[in-house]
This record gives sequence, structure tokens and C-alpha cells, in this order.
Amino acid sequence: MTSSPSADRPVVEMSGISIEFPGVKALDQVDFRLFPGEVHALMGENGAGKSTLIKALTGVYGIDAGRIVVDGAEHRFSGPGEAQEAGIATVYQEVNLCENLTVAENIMLGHEPRRMGAIDWRAARRAAAEHLATMGLDIDPASSLGSHSIAIQQLVAISRAMVVDAKVLILDEPTSSLDADEVAQLFTVVRRLRDQGVAVLFVSHFIEQVYEISDRMTVLRNGQRVGEYRTSELDRLELVSTMIGRSMDVLEDLHVSTEHAVDVEQGATPYLSAVGLGRKGDVRPFDLDVYAGEVVGLAGLLGSGRTEVARLLSGADRADSGTTRIKDVPTRLRNPRAAISQGIAFSSEDRKSEGVVGDLTVRENIVLGLQAGRGWMRRLPRRQVDEIVDKYMAALNVRPANPDALLRNLSGGNQQKVLLARWLATAPQLLILDEPTRGIDVGAKAEIQKLVAELASQGMAVVFISAELEEVLRLSHRIGVMRDRHKVAEIVNSDDVGVDDVVELIASGGEH
Amino acid sequence: MPATTGSRTRPAGPPGLRNLTHHTLFWPVVALVALLVANTIFSPDFLSVSILDGHLFGAPIDILRNSAPLLLVSLGMTLVIATRGIDLSVGAVVAIAGALSLSFIATAPDPGSVSTVIIAIAIALGLCLVLGIWNGFLVSVVGIQPIIATLILMTAGRGVAMLITEGQITTVTSAPFKTLGAGFWLGLPAAALIAYGVYLIVALITRRSALGMLVEAVGINPSASRLAGVRARTIVWTVFALSGLFSGLAGLILASNVMAADANNAGLFIELDAILAVVIGGTSLQGGKFSLSGTLVGVLIITTLTLTVTIVGISPLVTPLFKALVVIAVTLLQSPRVRDKLAARARQRAARPEEVAA
Repeated sequence: MTSSPSADRPVVEMSGISIEFPGVKALDQVDFRLFPGEVHALMGENGAGKSTLIKALTGVYGIDAGRIVVDGAEHRFSGPGEAQEAGIATVYQEVNLCENLTVAENIMLGHEPRRMGAIDWRAARRAAAEHLATMGLDIDPASSLGSHSIAIQQLVAISRAMVVDAKVLILDEPTSSLDADEVAQLFTVVRRLRDQGVAVLFVSHFIEQVYEISDRMTVLRNGQRVGEYRTSELDRLELVSTMIGRSMDVLEDLHVSTEHAVDVEQGATPYLSAVGLGRKGDVRPFDLDVYAGEVVGLAGLLGSGRTEVARLLSGADRADSGTTRIKDVPTRLRNPRAAISQGIAFSSEDRKSEGVVGDLTVRENIVLGLQAGRGWMRRLPRRQVDEIVDKYMAALNVRPANPDALLRNLSGGNQQKVLLARWLATAPQLLILDEPTRGIDVGAKAEIQKLVAELASQGMAVVFISAELEEVLRLSHRIGVMRDRHKVAEIVNSDDVGVDDVVELIASGGEH
Repeated sequence: MPATTGSRTRPAGPPGLRNLTHHTLFWPVVALVALLVANTIFSPDFLSVSILDGHLFGAPIDILRNSAPLLLVSLGMTLVIATRGIDLSVGAVVAIAGALSLSFIATAPDPGSVSTVIIAIAIALGLCLVLGIWNGFLVSVVGIQPIIATLILMTAGRGVAMLITEGQITTVTSAPFKTLGAGFWLGLPAAALIAYGVYLIVALITRRSALGMLVEAVGINPSASRLAGVRARTIVWTVFALSGLFSGLAGLILASNVMAADANNAGLFIELDAILAVVIGGTSLQGGKFSLSGTLVGVLIITTLTLTVTIVGISPLVTPLFKALVVIAVTLLQSPRVRDKLAARARQRAARPEEVAA
């Protein structure tokens, strides 16, 4: 172990940490250190081992090898409670508080001051107010937590974490649901804590935020530590290259991959044509044509009806008005199964609850769609299964390349690739992708975008939905614009169309 | 059979042994062996099997025969539980099967003829299949929670059985029917041959076809399975129908054992034993991965336990308590959390001498 560059001793020193899951080596001999009074960013792609390292430090996972030294004492945590006692506080991505309790109750839960066996609520509120004040927050401790924005709730979660006088504060993706002002507010608090000598471990997908807040960063890749850097000494391009382990060419390539003018001549029959398709309460009747070899993007804000359109096109929900024509033949898509038999594959935005079958292996997950189509009696022969699985795991670069790993042990990005493999294995003619790149890292994102472009150029019809307008613009030939559960406009994409134009269409509702 | 445990467990001990002790079936099998050993201590010729009149006799054969009804019921229960369901009505279905078959035979002009018995069996199994389909309909089409849907038949079913027997305990004499529960084929109890035969067929079908995987997919994530094109509804429906059918078969065996249809007591609490057998076998009540071999071990443990109580001479008054203690021990040893705790303690103990040395 090298001695620290400053006079300080690291408050956390992890050395040679290894953790193995069945079929996956999540962490391999990772060293990590954290100094008091610094904001340290933990960087890496999905599956690089960030979450695993955090869970090792917070005692959620036991480590298979290595040492964890906190404040000079070696620890072997066998549960989150022990890590907390050692002064390690964690605030997770999703706020884990009780909305129906007051702010004070949430902050003091489990640490309530007592008087003669009963909780002294007045003292509790006073203590909560003090904690809020040290963080520079002006919130009424007696107000109910649910009445505050997610950002405030996040800050309350931090106050709660700091009640135990934490020396280390871990923030796991704290900004994913915050807007710019709220992020600024959060960062003010984080800086304040840092100046008070707290070591802050910060994990985020937003590279700009990492540069704004962090003093130092550790980069992980494939479960190994690539290096530790001062944030000021590593520029953004170098960081991304270090994270993905290759140069940025992959990303640059994409810009040339789509030609906007697709051959949609008069007389050609769309693969799928929706006329007046709608469902009460979900989305107002809309028309949409999707031709073979074309990517149709759907743009709109969250809740604008983009997902609902996808669900109607894929039979996931049943339409109560309008008709769907497949190759000009009116077809009722009563359920997903009916849609699949028409060559329509739908990858839901809710990967966890509508895609991943976590306790099955990667192999089983990939062939699930194909096998379901054949019915239970005609089992896919093992050789064919292996061929399909090998083919798609290689094509999509699924890591780890172990078909026997349970899907839930894979990272988000790799789970997404397995789900794509499931659908591609059914050889669909229309692929509907709802937020296929959400929550996954740059490398996997680029790979998936590239794949979509390739599939379309090979003649597949694709409906592509994403909250990132840049992504929609980069990939789509035509773009349907959604607003308030209504398809308000449809534009042909070209080099002249920019994000601003789409934003304006969303804002104006296509009324000019 | 795959026995992948969900949880991450910490390493302890040498890898070969660790894999063995961490196998889901390790502790249930240990419990079964321990029970057999305990019995052999109390009754040294417990494990001996003799041939009498061309039939095999002995405690192991008794265990095989006595386990037949529970094995059949647990088989259906395993599949139902794998799809996130539960079937509380199996005991009532057992009673109905017995009541219907025996009442039919009792009123038939020729109770001793093979054809009468075959018709009786067919009618009883047919009705039980319909009852299973009814349960499946309530769960998969109407969308009632399985525990409530099958509670309906659990309570109503005994009433139906009472109606069939008109409140009497129907006793019948019919040699062909008696063979089912008490007879021997090829030197082995007919009941055991039937139950283990059905078990093998189901085990082969679930693992050689894609049924096992699809059942697990539906149990692990129903909505993802539906979107992947799995006929989730049909699969749930099918497992409930099978559960009804297998319970009916179990009911016939039990009825033939005593040759009396007791609407109130036939198959009483068998649903609880079956659920227990499934859980001991390592199938989670949350659905998903299931293990038919685990269920078999669970059934053998419960059957042996019942026999042990008699052999060891435990008072019938404390029998339930004794059973409960064994079950608690087995389930605790299987729990990953308890195992982790035990492993941590073992490690601490191992670490202590080092500290002293330092």
C-alpha cells in the first residue's frame, strides 16, 4: 500500500478485495481508499463492480478475500448494521424513507431520544432540526416527508444517514431523479459535509456532475481497479476511454450509421399500420406506419404516451379502438403471444419487472421467447439452443460470457443485452424497443444503438423509444412526437432536424 | 435436477465438502438418514426387508407404501407452488375421490367386478380433474389469489363429500378396489408403484420437455413471461388441474386402504403435510425454481417421521410437537441466513487462536 499523498490517513482503506458470485467474478483484487474531507467518485461501466464494491464496504456482501480497514481498525462486516456502527452511512438511489411520517420522525427513526422509556418527541424534533441546520436545510421537521420533492427527500435521507456521526457518506446515484437546481442544492450540502471532514463516496452516471463535485476518482473495469486519479488531472475523454477500455471510436462511428432517406416509396406496404389505434385512459387514437428497414422513433416526455403506443402495437395492452394491419391484413393483437406470432417483438422499458427472469440462467432467458412460441411439448434441441445462445452472446458481447450464470447476477447493461438476444432469437420482423438504453453505461449504449442501426439496414422494422432525444434523432428515419397521451406530430428526420426542433414540437403540441 | 440456491453464501471449509454441504438437498437428506438411524437404534431390524408370500415386507416397504398418497399430493403441490400458487383444497379433493368411488361401488350391482371398479375410478378421477380445473379457472381467469380460490373448495369440498356419502361412513367390500391401496404387484405395494410411477413420469416430462422451464419462468416473473409469449394462464391452469387429478388418485389409494369413505377425516391436513414436504425439499413458497427430487425427500422425511413416532414409542399426545421440532430443525438448517450465521461463528472461532498468538 502506498502512503497517502497528503498528511491525512485514509479513513477507509480496502485492499485486495475479491467477491465472486456463482459464475461471475464481481471484484478481483480491488484496492480502494478514501480520505477524510474529499469527494471521491467511483467510476465504471455497468457491471464494472461499483455496486459490489459499495456493498462490500457497507457490509451487504461478505468479501471472499481482502482487508477492509476503517479508521485504522480492520473490520469484517457481516451486515449493514456493523458497517453503520463503524461510521459508514449510505444513501441509496431510491429514497428508503417513510413518506407518511414526518421529516423529524424519518431522520430520528431508530435513534429517538428517550425519557423514562418513552420517546421524547420534543427532543427528537429539536435534534432533527439541529441536524437539518448543520446541513444548511430549512425544512419544518414536523411536516410530513411525502409533501416534499424527491430532492428534499434525498437531502432528508442524507441527514438521516448523518445522525450516526458518519465519517463516510456513500451516495449511490443520488442525482438520477433530480433536476439541475436540485442537483445544485444537493451539491451545496455535499460540499458542506466535505468541509466538515466527512469522506464522501459519490457514484453517478453523469460525467459532468462527477467533474463538478469530485476531488479524486477511482475507475473500475470488469471487476478490477484501473486506477485512481485526481479529477483535475484526467480529462473527460480519457476518463471515458479508461472506463470502457477502448478509444471513443465506437461512439464516433454511430453518427454515420443512419441514412435518413429510406426507401419508403408510394405503393410500398408498411409492415405494420395502425389506424386510429387507441385505448381509453392510456393514449388517444393515433395513426402510425412502420416500414421494413426503417427506424421509427417516438419522442416525448415521460408519461406522454410513448410507452402506451408501444404496448398497443405489441399486444401487451389491448386496444379499444382502431385497427392494426400487418402487411395490409387486418390483425387483432389480443395478447403478446399473438403479436409475437406476427413477428412483433417488444422489449419493455421496465426491464426488471417485465423482462428479466432473474433466477433463470442467461441461456434459459435467451431461449425463453423462442421456446414459448414452440409450446412446452416441442423443446428446442440442446444443440440448437447452444448455437443460438453462443451466436447472440458473442454478437451482443454479453459479459460474463457464461450462459450458466443466473441473469440477476449480471449488470443492468448486460441484462438488457440478454433481453435483446431473447427477442432477436425469435427472428422478429418488427422490433419495438422501449428505452433500451436507459440506466446502462456508455459502452453498452453505443453497442445497442449500433445494433439497432444494423438491424434496420438488414431490413427489420424498428420502433425506438427513448427519453434521450439525441439518441432518437441519431437513429430514427421518422419521428413520432407524443404529448399528453396524444401523437401530435410526425416528422421525417434529416440532418436539418435538431433536438431543439423536436423540443419545440413537444412544447407547442405541433400546432404550427 | 438443478438445485441452484438463490443466495450468496460465504465460503467455509474445503471446496468439495462445501459444495456438498451447500447443496439444497444436503440437510434434508441428512435429516432422513438421521431418522432412519434413530429407528435402527430403537429397533435393530428396522431396515431389514423379508419376503413373505412372494411380497416384500419390512419397515422400508411400509414407508414406500405409506408415502404414496402424500407423494401424489405433494407432486401437484410442487408444480402449483412453482407458479407462485398454493392449493389448499387437496385434502377435500382426497375426501371427494374416496366418497365418490366407494359410493359408486356400494350402489353398483356387482361391487367385486373389475369393470365396476374401473368405472368408479374413472368417475372419481374425472370429477377431481374437473375440481382442479375449477381451481385453475378461479386463479388464472378470474384472478382470485390462489390461497383464497382454493380455500373455497377446501371448505366446500368436505360438504360435497358429505353429500355424496349422505353423511354416512360408507364401507365397501370390493377385492379389485382393495388392491389399489393394500395389494401387491411384482412383490411391491401397488400404491407405491402407482405413486412413484406417476412421480417418474411427471419428473421426466417437466425436465425433458420445456414445461419445467416455462413453469419456473411464470413463477419467477409472470409479467415478463407473458410478454415473452409464454402461455402463463394456460400453465397456471394446467398445474391446478394436475394437482386436482393427483389428489384424486391419492384419495383413491387412501380410501382403498381402509375401504371406507369418511368425508370428514379422509385426507385431513394432508395439504399442510404436502406444503411442508415441498418446502423441506427446497422449493420456495415465492415460486420459481422447483425441485421434484427435493419434494420426494420431503415426503419420505414426513412419512418416516410418522413411522418413527410409533416405533420410538412417543406418546401420540406429543406427536405433533415432535414433528414440528424436526421440521423446524430441517428448515432452519436450509436457510441461507442461518447457515451464514453459523459459518461466521465457525470463522470467529477459527480466528480467535490467531489473536491470542499475536
